[in-house]
Amino acid sequence: MSLKQNLVELHRIVKRFPGVIANNGVELSVESGTIHAIVGENGSGKSTLMKILYGAQQPDEGEIRIKGELCKFKSARDAIEVGIGMVFQHFMLADNFLVWENIVLGEEPRSGVSLSSELAISQIKELSSKYGLAVDPEAVTGSLGVGERQRVEILKVLYRGASIIILDEPTAVLVPQEVDELFASLRELVAGGVTVIFISHKLDEVLKVADAITVIRAGKTVGEITDTSNVTAVELATMMIGTILPQPATDRGVITEEILLEVENVNLVRDGRSLLADISFAVHSGEVVGIAGVEGNGQEEILEVILGLQSQTSGRVLLMSTELQHLDTRHRRDAGIGYIPADRQRDGLMLSASLWENSALGHQRQEPASDGMWINRAALREHTQKIIEKFDVRTPGVEVSAQALSGGNQQKLIVGREMFSAPSVLVAAHPTRGIDVGAQAAVWESLREAKRQGKGLLLVSADLDELIGLSDRLLVMLRGSIVAALDPQAISAAELGAYMTGVRMQETL
Amino acid sequence: MRSLSTPLIVIGVAALVASIALLLAGHNPLSAFSAMLDNLSSADNLVTVLNYASRYYVMGVAVAFGFKMNLFNIGTNGQYQVAALFAGALGGWLRLPGPINLILILMVAVGVGSLWAVIPGVLMVSRKVNIVVGTIMMNGIAAGLIGYLLRTNFRDVNDRLTAHTPTIPENSHIPQLNSVLKLIGIHLPDTTSLHGFFVIAVVAGIMFYVVVYRSRFGFDLLASGRNANAARVSGVHPKTMVIRTMALSGGLAGLAGMSVLLCQQFEYGDRFPLQLGFAGISVALLGRNSPIGIAFSATAMAAIEQGSRGLVTANIPQEIGQIVQGTLLVVAVIMYELANRRNQTRMIKESALAMTVETSTS
Repeated sequence: MSLKQNLVELHRIVKRFPGVIANNGVELSVESGTIHAIVGENGSGKSTLMKILYGAQQPDEGEIRIKGELCKFKSARDAIEVGIGMVFQHFMLADNFLVWENIVLGEEPRSGVSLSSELAISQIKELSSKYGLAVDPEAVTGSLGVGERQRVEILKVLYRGASIIILDEPTAVLVPQEVDELFASLRELVAGGVTVIFISHKLDEVLKVADAITVIRAGKTVGEITDTSNVTAVELATMMIGTILPQPATDRGVITEEILLEVENVNLVRDGRSLLADISFAVHSGEVVGIAGVEGNGQEEILEVILGLQSQTSGRVLLMSTELQHLDTRHRRDAGIGYIPADRQRDGLMLSASLWENSALGHQRQEPASDGMWINRAALREHTQKIIEKFDVRTPGVEVSAQALSGGNQQKLIVGREMFSAPSVLVAAHPTRGIDVGAQAAVWESLREAKRQGKGLLLVSADLDELIGLSDRLLVMLRGSIVAALDPQAISAAELGAYMTGVRMQETL
Repeated sequence: MRSLSTPLIVIGVAALVASIALLLAGHNPLSAFSAMLDNLSSADNLVTVLNYASRYYVMGVAVAFGFKMNLFNIGTNGQYQVAALFAGALGGWLRLPGPINLILILMVAVGVGSLWAVIPGVLMVSRKVNIVVGTIMMNGIAAGLIGYLLRTNFRDVNDRLTAHTPTIPENSHIPQLNSVLKLIGIHLPDTTSLHGFFVIAVVAGIMFYVVVYRSRFGFDLLASGRNANAARVSGVHPKTMVIRTMALSGGLAGLAGMSVLLCQQFEYGDRFPLQLGFAGISVALLGRNSPIGIAFSATAMAAIEQGSRGLVTANIPQEIGQIVQGTLLVVAVIMYELANRRNQTRMIKESALAMTVETSTS
């Protein structure tokens, strides 16, 4: 028994689903007034643990103690009663509501029978100044940025009286500056007496902000670190996956003179706004060109122009010296552009369809998916089986639907599908976003393999270490222009960040 | 259909609701159901069921084509009627050798149905008019146009109160199948005939299966329905898909009307059925847009319809048949959704198991 009373104590938590043990003896002790991180791979059981903690699911075995009291939560409402509130990764806010309306929704303060907006606004202002969560309660929610929305979500939980806040991957949606702001807010929260439980797999961030760390692997607690100054990201990762953490790395030896993809003076103007201004670059065979930039500075648009999802206002895109101007997306993909989209569930998969159908998506006119006219199911199933084996997609078979797979396995399927189609240029947007370390290493290896095969790679990523580690050349985009061309071997993530935000400028390009 | 229990539960619940309605109206459900069964027991009646089922089947397939890509063609009702009017007018007027005439009539029906469906398709891709709104609007225009054309051009010469297109000569009818059935040993009474349209329905079903599940066009169609964004990124041209699918759907709707025009009434006029297109929507929903499912649902709808004609003899209002059809539809949609969710949960669990097994062995 430690001298300090532990606020949250989870002991021998077991949660079984038919055929699966999601939690198999999880231990968790969180001290009052700390930031406690829970790290683990996708599928390690952290989400189940969180669901148990905020009352959405009930454990089959084990006990939950809050302030020493044994608790049994039947629903999230019971959990909020004792002060546990959850902030989800995907925000649940009504865009057309004002901020204060979103915050009080369901818990509206009343004066008589009517809703008291003055009371609500003053309560919210009090909360936001107490915890340093700057938001304007009277702003329209739809007009807020991602960071502000997150603060609204946190306020929502605080408004309901939570003193223990669980944040699920809160930094996944934020840019570096916003991450710093969030961490500052978390510090303020803790100073104000709130306890923060923070789920993440970004280990450097965890080390930066957490006071204590619990590591979970395969449903079990495998590490409890109370002094974070004694542990490194590599050690944490080793605990998480049980093996040594792979690092992104590149090999420059294979770059040739042959230009595979060329973008020439591309401009894009939409609704009178210039989204791309005079973009030019080339991707050579065996080369990885990385595009860095804070999200929303034209990276998405340049990819859309290359894929033919969006026509440029002026300028040219050439694939192996052939102009793509008059080719639609289908013919561009047939001509040899592979694409790993940023949002795999929105743009890369048919979630309700089987894996073998998904393995044809984007290649439905090519062998082995079809002869152009008819789909060859047998060949496709066999082909999918090959992708599953070669790219280590963990699935019971080719007939299961894509939604049944974890994010990492979905991504491996997409990467495998694009690699097998033998593209000459592979366009990858955030290829390892939201997937666990094991899958991340597999995707990196696939990208390096593509490079060794002499393909040209265009890589857009928000993960600066990934960009620096994989790219042979880095282009920085800011407000629709390329503002810097950098050598990734001569730059640190911090320097790159300075270019991305426009703090540093390159004089000569 | 993954399990047989779901359809059985659906039929059971529908029968239960109909029984309650009958009891409330002061009728004995058992005598009602036996009257319905009586009216299905003769060869005569079964052939009628098949004839109606063929018609519903083709219409169901027409609707299902659109549903497969989340394109809700609610306008099949207008499409088949406009198609039947033009096909009927042409068929009654042309005097070409029979088979050529017949083929021309069918082509006009398919063409006009397509065209009527493509108009809301074009409005959708060019002007962003919602397809449901567009197709319903075209239903209204169809009703107006047909009323006008019938009254101005096709009034009956003797009876000025009715209107219809000229009768189509017998050599341009779709031949009946009684003689073919005789060859395989089935002798139908002369009072009844199995429509040749039955063969068209079978062909339409096979075509639907092959196009949707085996062709690349079908892959694009399914992809557009499952995830329109991913389909676009994969190279599917969304606008072209809308136009093509509407053309297919409308063409089949036009074809479905030919079972009335070329097998039963031989003219388009006041007696032509008015709700065939809407029936197709129910049939497609009940059959879950699957070629086999629609065959079952089309037969069920036709059987209930034919059965409820027998209710008159038991002094029970025929409309009870419509209650059964309606309940069937509602219960089916709910049950299918439940079965669907159960399936998804099962698959997610299996995959989770595959993951933990792999992790623990590695």
